[in-house]
Amino acid sequence: MEIVNFTPVPAFIGGALIGLSAAFLLLVKGRVAGISGIAGGIILPEKGDVPWRILFVLGLILGGFIYQWMGLAPDLSQIQAQVGKGTLIIAGLLVGVGTTVGTGCTSGHGICGLARRSPRSLVATLTFMGSAFVTVFIVRHLVGA
Amino acid sequence: MLPLIAALVAGTLFGLGLAVAQMVDPAKVINFLDLFGTWDPSLAFVMGGGLLVNAIATPIIMRRKTPLLAEFFRTPTKHQVDKRLIVGGVIFGVGWGLAGYCPGPMLTSLSFANSDILTIVAAYVVGTLIARIALRAWERDRLSRAQRA
Repeated sequence: MEIVNFTPVPAFIGGALIGLSAAFLLLVKGRVAGISGIAGGIILPEKGDVPWRILFVLGLILGGFIYQWMGLAPDLSQIQAQVGKGTLIIAGLLVGVGTTVGTGCTSGHGICGLARRSPRSLVATLTFMGSAFVTVFIVRHLVGA
Repeated sequence: MLPLIAALVAGTLFGLGLAVAQMVDPAKVINFLDLFGTWDPSLAFVMGGGLLVNAIATPIIMRRKTPLLAEFFRTPTKHQVDKRLIVGGVIFGVGWGLAGYCPGPMLTSLSFANSDILTIVAAYVVGTLIARIALRAWERDRLSRAQRA
């Protein structure tokens, strides 16, 4: 193992901002800040409560813009996808299906669920983390070797 | 109006946090997942920061009877682990590991969208739509069978 590009301070500050966002949404709206759940309710709405979801997602994008307007480093426009279009399509489909079937993603299960000490979220987080570790191992060290 | 502004503020904080933490860079995410190669532990610190704030704030907030601008708390109430949770987690993990994008960073990346980001977001929307339609049909089917029985 070789440790690369480790940025603990911005990672921790960014994480704390995410935690603040989740706490704020819970305090004000009584909702869990799970991105796949919030977005899923826009993509195929259940009943009525769509507008706040749209504003939350617009906020996600606005947050990215604010970062760029503040001129913080590193510059986001330098970021590049790590795989080709075909893999992006497969990955996007799997993330959409998986988070919907598994009722949550890195935020809903990983941050909010663990903070609420939900056993379901603990199992879900260990499952998708494990699955992602195995996937990267296969792609980088077995197939790509 | 106020609840909508609150949702916008919450989303903005979340997106800013993802950008500051550089989680919008799939290279950092994939390197976190590459334990046996070029490992970047940053993502663990993002989750740690988020968890720390949330683990302190959540119990304090949940002592209230109601949220500030809504009638009641809508936190998940289910406790049992089921097959669906595991199957979904495995599928999500494969997709996350393949491209390094989970839903939050994907959507925040629309602030500097290029054709790659639009591609994965479109695929994510289609995947979510298919799964939600399938789950809805499956749920209806289960209910009607339960009624007949």
